[in-house]
Amino acid sequence: MVESKGDFIQKQETLIIKGNEAAAYAAKSARVQVISAYPITPQTTVVEKLSEFVDNGLMPGTQYIRVESEHSVLASIIGASKAGTRTFTATSGQGLFYMHEMLHWAAGARLPIVMSIASRGPAPPWNIWADFSDVISQRDTGWMCSFCSSHQEIYDEILMSYKISEDPEVLLPKFVAYGGFILSHTSKPVMIEDQEKVDGYLPPLPDEKGWSHIWIDPERPMMFGNLIMPSGFYYEFRLKIHDAHVRAKEKIKKASQEFKKTFGRDYGNGLIQEYKMDDANVGVILYGDLALQMEQAVDEVREEGYKVGTVKLRYFRPFPTEDVIKIAKKVKVLGVIDRATAFGSPTGGPLSCEIKTVLHGIDNTAQIIPIINGLGGREVSLEQQKEQLKNLVQFNETGELPKELIHGTLWDGLLEVK
Amino acid sequence: MSEECSEKWKSINLPKDKRPKVQEYKNWKELPPIPISLPIEGSIGRTGDWRTFRPIIKDGCTKCGICWMYCPEGVISREDDGSFKIDLDYCKGCGICAKECPSNQIEMVRESDVKNG
Repeated sequence: MVESKGDFIQKQETLIIKGNEAAAYAAKSARVQVISAYPITPQTTVVEKLSEFVDNGLMPGTQYIRVESEHSVLASIIGASKAGTRTFTATSGQGLFYMHEMLHWAAGARLPIVMSIASRGPAPPWNIWADFSDVISQRDTGWMCSFCSSHQEIYDEILMSYKISEDPEVLLPKFVAYGGFILSHTSKPVMIEDQEKVDGYLPPLPDEKGWSHIWIDPERPMMFGNLIMPSGFYYEFRLKIHDAHVRAKEKIKKASQEFKKTFGRDYGNGLIQEYKMDDANVGVILYGDLALQMEQAVDEVREEGYKVGTVKLRYFRPFPTEDVIKIAKKVKVLGVIDRATAFGSPTGGPLSCEIKTVLHGIDNTAQIIPIINGLGGREVSLEQQKEQLKNLVQFNETGELPKELIHGTLWDGLLEVK
Repeated sequence: MSEECSEKWKSINLPKDKRPKVQEYKNWKELPPIPISLPIEGSIGRTGDWRTFRPIIKDGCTKCGICWMYCPEGVISREDDGSFKIDLDYCKGCGICAKECPSNQIEMVRESDVKNG
């Protein structure tokens, strides 16, 4: 086994690593106690790196479980979390779909599991490249869902995730999604934080009895989450999951503020991160890796004299309703860019649907232009993003888009062979 | 937990003799995050509710114990005098006992036809 220098880090150090390795380092820094894993492209190197850590004795006391499928990955993680351990796993696309039944179980049982997702396009046709349709299609499982736009953000967001998920007022599992290959398999400098500082930031590991709402004690057996008749409290327990999501918004903001105070890196208010929106009259909102490149596009379009801005959506669940309303009041035209599909939806991609819902009945908000791009890893270049911004500027000035909409949505970057 | 959420559900973690048998909650705010049941009789409901036909042991019972052996739910018990009794709180009315009884002394009677409840 190759042991890189980085494996032995206890003190703060910057490493040049791949996005998947950043996820593995974050799990190590968070001192996860149980990892269950099944390989799937493009996630595989997350759990490969973790198995290397465990094998080399760098994660003392951590159990690494190898199972035969993703369904069993999450089933075993649910058991481990229920027994009161900090758990981690990772998957992608089809693997996530195979977990679907257990995703509901983890959320319903209110287990603070954290799972990183190297997002890829759903098959068929087979696709392994960046596309958030995999994680967004799990929208209603009760998991919190956040997106990362840089290698550093993967490491940071996983640390923040444990703080948010394990909060006794939240107790929900969480996805940390990032684009397959674009972030998972490229290398960038990532600051790996001082172990003592991370320990101070995160809540203490659960004690031997488990989480605040579960007590595993063989001497006093109990049954968790068993059958409830329609006249019982099943319906009310569903409401409690939604209530926890809404409450989590404040916790996310707090975790982000504390993160900035402890480690010095700023992620907006936690739920969203604005870029040059204050004086903008045209804006875009998007998520994942493209959101970071869009900041560069905004800078370059601003040099040409247009007042444009961009917003990075960090959380899809819980949804930052209040922040989106504020943004939509700042600008006249808001492009909503999805790298995901919502087939047969009322409008555009998944985020467009959410934003149009949020803005219903609210006066003086921006005109929404739904945009879909980059599906299945299709490259979205800086030039293309600049063009998107300029198209929106033109729409603001003339009321007409220079591009043809298909079913009310701008499907940007379709192939046209000449 | 939320501020509204009652602390009383935590009493389930008390020693066995001190914790309540059944906890009463008024509304969703008082509920714990997940339902927890103690291994007490009927903690997930009395399955006798599912029954359509009720087995009734007739006077000609020979006390052979075949019904007791075949009952898939284990709800038939032997009394001190050697006779057998069916726990109607949990009997689902499958009728296996009636089918297996060698002397045809168990009758399946539709619940609505059973007199006096």
